[in-house]
Parts: sequence; structure tokens; C-alpha cells
Amino acid sequence: MTTVVSCKQLNKIYQQGSIEVHALTDINLTVEAGDFVCLSGPSGSGKSTLLNMIGGLDSPSSGEIMVDGQRVDQMNKSELAELRLHKIGFVFQAYNLIPVLTARENIEMVMQMQGDSKQYRHQLSMAILKEVGLEGLENRRPSELSGGQQQRVAVARAIVDKPCLVLADEPTANLDSANAENLLQLMRDMGEEHQTTFIVSTHDPLVMSHARRLVKLHDGKIIENHEQH
Amino acid sequence: MAGNWLLAWRNIWRQPRRTVLTMLAIAFGAALLVFSIGLQLGQYDLMIQNAVRLYQGLFQVQQQGYHDDAKIRTSIPGIELLARKLRQQSGLDSIAARANGFALISSAKRTYGSLVVGVQPEYEKYVSTLPGVIKQGRYLSSDNAHELVIGESLARNMKIKPGDEITLMGSGRDGSIAASIIPVVGIYASGSRELDRQLVQMPLAAFQDIFSMQDHGHAIVIYHEDVKQQSQLHAVFKDLIADQQQLVVLSWDEIQPGVKQMIELDYSSGWLMYIVLVAVIVFSILNTFLMSVLERTREFGIMLALGYTPYNIGRLVMQEAFILTSIALIAGTLIGLGVNYYFYIYGLTFSGMDEIARMYNMPAVIRPQISPDSVLIGPGIIFLFTLLAALYPASRIRKLEPVEAMNHI
Ligand SMILES: Nc1ncnc2c1ncn2[C@@H]1O[C@H](COP(=O)(O)OP(=O)(O)OP(=O)(O)O)[C@@H](O)[C@H]1O
Ligand SMILES: [Mg+2]
Repeated sequence: MTTVVSCKQLNKIYQQGSIEVHALTDINLTVEAGDFVCLSGPSGSGKSTLLNMIGGLDSPSSGEIMVDGQRVDQMNKSELAELRLHKIGFVFQAYNLIPVLTARENIEMVMQMQGDSKQYRHQLSMAILKEVGLEGLENRRPSELSGGQQQRVAVARAIVDKPCLVLADEPTANLDSANAENLLQLMRDMGEEHQTTFIVSTHDPLVMSHARRLVKLHDGKIIENHEQH
Repeated sequence: MAGNWLLAWRNIWRQPRRTVLTMLAIAFGAALLVFSIGLQLGQYDLMIQNAVRLYQGLFQVQQQGYHDDAKIRTSIPGIELLARKLRQQSGLDSIAARANGFALISSAKRTYGSLVVGVQPEYEKYVSTLPGVIKQGRYLSSDNAHELVIGESLARNMKIKPGDEITLMGSGRDGSIAASIIPVVGIYASGSRELDRQLVQMPLAAFQDIFSMQDHGHAIVIYHEDVKQQSQLHAVFKDLIADQQQLVVLSWDEIQPGVKQMIELDYSSGWLMYIVLVAVIVFSILNTFLMSVLERTREFGIMLALGYTPYNIGRLVMQEAFILTSIALIAGTLIGLGVNYYFYIYGLTFSGMDEIARMYNMPAVIRPQISPDSVLIGPGIIFLFTLLAALYPASRIRKLEPVEAMNHI
């Protein structure tokens, strides 16, 4: 198995005035290709911080992060933008989509940044919308979609350009349990079908039950890391 | 990237009311600038036209050096023949020969120094307004008549009226004394204080006789109503006198440099108002774009997470500014052009102007200039400065950190 993500002795310290907040302490984590990892823990345990570090949205205070064989912690801003554009998909809790673009345009905007042709973009976006069960809704704007549908579009957008890694920070937090269940099922299916690695943060037990690997954080430290099922 | 233009276009219409208001401000400013610059340039056109029409002509053919130092000896021989040749070869009738001299003129009571000009009465009416503004008596009757017309102020100062005789005393071309007693047949009021106070006209033949000029004169005045054709016409006349190397063709701005200087001075003072206007517009768009960038901070954070660079987003904001400004400028320019066109057709009159103009045989209306300059300068400046203003909010995006941006409400 190939390793997609590896963190070594990762620390993140926020300076708040004179107080140092240890958001992450000595994190060591390896994620294999195609895995579906759930990052759980109480509020403030460092889930978002860890995901942001891995995705190159924020930089660690010390330690190493490798994504797909590249040292994320040593990249400059434009290298990080390239990495995010080509290798990492993001899904956030809410308001993921550009409100003035339709579902299809939201999916295609990233592909366009990557330089894909119009025809290819169209083909792929229609296919992925069908996969996430939004056939017929491709011309709706986010405001004309339900919260669950919006999150599906976000997942479709994250996965459409075949990234090696999708980072989802509490993607179900704004959904009711039925919609949350649906979205998780969708993410797992997509992960398997497209051989994409998922790291999903949550405090929802339902989400945890779907994960193949469960990583528990507490006060910025990993207190549990095991496979399930 | 075509898609970014689409995104920029949609983004503009997120806040339709704010966008429309900003566009109206820009369009209004552009229309106002097009109108005022058009009017200003139109006014200069009129000033030039009047300056040319009054007396000095669009061009003058003179002996080299005469303009800088008006010596009576610096004259052109056979001037009437040359004027006739120019009329024939150019097809233009409004060409008249003149001779100039200084003399003391005395009435029964007073003596004044004056500029005495010999003219060709039948052609002078085409090159100057003077023959058309006789207030008392009549204009010079024929080439050979022994008579004078005199300006209103000078007549008043000398206390003379048509029918009186004056004594003229000067020195002739050959250094001899030029003296004569001549009857005044008419009094003109040109509206130019300078002319009315010191200029006296008599037929060219009489002048040549009194001032021992033989067939000489000093200037051939060429008038044409269309100042815009100045450079083509200049070339034509230069060509026509090419065989006489001692002659030069001077144009109006060389003959009357003061008019040109006055215009240049006025032109620069007009800019103060324009700068204020442009500043108001620029602040309005700066405000709009700062707001539109600030309220989208979170969205920009998402875009950064998706792999957009701050540069990409900054460019998007510039595209939005470009679209918004362009639409507003095109609309504003067309409106301003429409207004200018209306007044170009129907003319613009200020109260009082009408009467004065009729009195002095001058056009009574200002017509805004319609030219690339008058139409494009104003909107061009607004365009430049609004895009510069949009650079500021766009540049703030450079400092945007994805996590901070996404936590922004
Ligand atoms: N920009 C920041 N400045 C200072 N402290 C921060 C900052 N961001 C996060 N923290 C702190 O770091 C710790 C981890 O925060 P983080 O957001 O990663 O937690 P989380 O597990 O995602 O919580 P939640 O479940 O509420 O989203 C918290 O104590 C938080 O207060
Ligand atoms: Mg969090």
C-alpha cells in the first residue's frame, strides 16, 4: 500500500497574546491510499487544525507533513495552491459553493482552473452530478438547493478532478441524520469508486461508524488510532 | 479565461442596486465630462474662428521678417497681381492684399497716432468683418477712391464724423514724407477695442500713392471658415508661393500667438473641475469595491482552498471593475455625445451673446466640439483612475490567508 499522508512530530502552537495554545502536540499519523479515515474528538481538540495543516491551508509550528510524497511544510504559497488545485479536494461544513454559479458551474470552475477543455468539463460534471444523485438539478444555484444537496455538490466538486486526497471538515454538521447518512454513504462509495483517500472530521457517532479507520484526538493529541470492521 | 468573465459578470449583479448606483455615478460623470470638454473645446473653436474672422485671416503671406519687425520697406512687390494669382490658383475668393503704415492723423482739434491700412475693398469684405460693421456712413467704395474709414473710438476721440476731412502725416517707403488730406466716409465698430481705437483703412491704390509704395504691399490675407483644414490649406499656399523664396505663409497662431496662449491657459484651469469630478467618481467605485471584496472574504477563503491563488482572485476583482466601469462609461459617453450632438446641431446660446454677436458680425452660437479628443479624453481618464482605484481592494486580497478568510463571517 502506498502512503498518501504522513505526519511526523507535528506541532501547532497558536500565540494568543502572552498565552501559547497547543492546538496540536507531537502528532504522528499515516494514511494509506484509498483509506476512509474519521477524525473525531470534542470541540477544540484540534481536528480542523490538523486537516488545515494537511491541506496546506495553514503551516505547522514544527514537524513534517508529506502528501503524496511531497513535503507540504516546506512549500511556498504558490506551490501550496498548486497542490490544492491538483491533489486535494475540500469539503467544509457549509457555504462551500460560489453562490452565483450553478451546481454544474461550481463543479467545473476547478476543472477550468486546471485547464480542462469545455467539452471535457461538461462531460465530467454531468457524469459526477448523476453519480451524486443530482441529475436534473445541474442548473440550480446553491440557494435553490437543500443543505444536503449543496453538500453533495461540494463532494462532487472535491472529487471530480481525481485528487488523491479529500479533506472534509464536519461535512454533515449542518445536516439532519438522514441526510448525513446519505452523504456519508455517498462519500464512501465515491472513495471506493474513484480510489480516493478521505479524511473526515466529526463528532457525530454516525460518521465514525462509517469509517474504516478511527483517529481520536483530545487536547491536540492522538489518543486512539485503530481500524474498524 | 472565458469562465472568469462569466463569474465576474455574475458577481457584479449580486448587489444590483449598489452596482446600478455606482454605474450611474460613473455614467453621469462621464457624460458630464464629455459635455464639458466638448463645450470647452467648442468654445476654443469659436474663439479661434472669431479671431481669424475679425481681421487677421487664417493665413497671411508676408515678406520674410515682416511679422517680427514690421518695417514698411519689408514689402512684397506686385502684391495685387500675386493676390489675384493666389485667388485663381487656389479657387478661393477670400484672399485680399493689404499694405500697412504708421501715421499721425489729425482732425481740426486733435492728433493721434494710427495704423493706416491699404485694402482692396472688393476682397476685404471676404477676409474681415470690418466692411460689414459700418455704423455711420459707408465702407470704401472702390480701389481708386481717395477716402478713409475709421474706428469708432478713434472717431470719438478725434471728434470727427463722416464727411469730415483729416490730415495724414507719415513717412513713405522710400523715406519721403507721406502726407495727404483725406475725407472720412465711414465709421466702423468691430467690437475689438484695439482695432476701433487705432485702425484706419483706405483703398490700396491710395495708400500706395501716399506712401510711395509703387505696386508693393505687406500682406496677403487669406480667410477660410474651416480652421480644421488649416494644415492642408497651409500646404496648398506654401506650394503656390514656392517660386518666391523670400515669402512666407504664416498661420493664425503665428500671427496671433496671444489667442493660442489664452486657450492654453484656460485649458489648464478647466482641469481643476475635472479632477474633482473624477475624484468623486473614483471614491464611489473604491467604496463599492471595498465593500464587495470585504463581504466575500469567506468565499475567497473557499476559493483559496480550491487552489485559486490570491492573484487569480485579485484578477477576478479587476475583471469585475473592468466590466462595471466599461458599461457605465460606454453609456455615459453615448449620453454625453448625444447631448453634444444636439447642441452641435442646434447651437448653444448664452443670454446676451446673441445681441453682441449680431452687432459685431460674428456667429451667435457655441457648438460643442465633436472629435476623438472631446469624446475620449474624459471617459479615458475615468477609466484609468477607476481601474487604479480597484487595484487597492484587489491588492488587499494578496494578504488573504485561507484559514482566516474562511473563519470570517
Ligand atoms: N487562529 C487561532 N488562534 C488561536 N487559537 C486557535 C486558532 N485556531 C484554533 N485555535 C485553538 O486551537 C485549538 C484547536 O482548534 P480546532 O479548531 O482545530 O478544534 P476542532 O477540533 O476543530 O473544534 P470544533 O469541533 O469545535 O471544530 C482550540 O483550542 C482553538 O481554540
Ligand atoms: Mg473544527
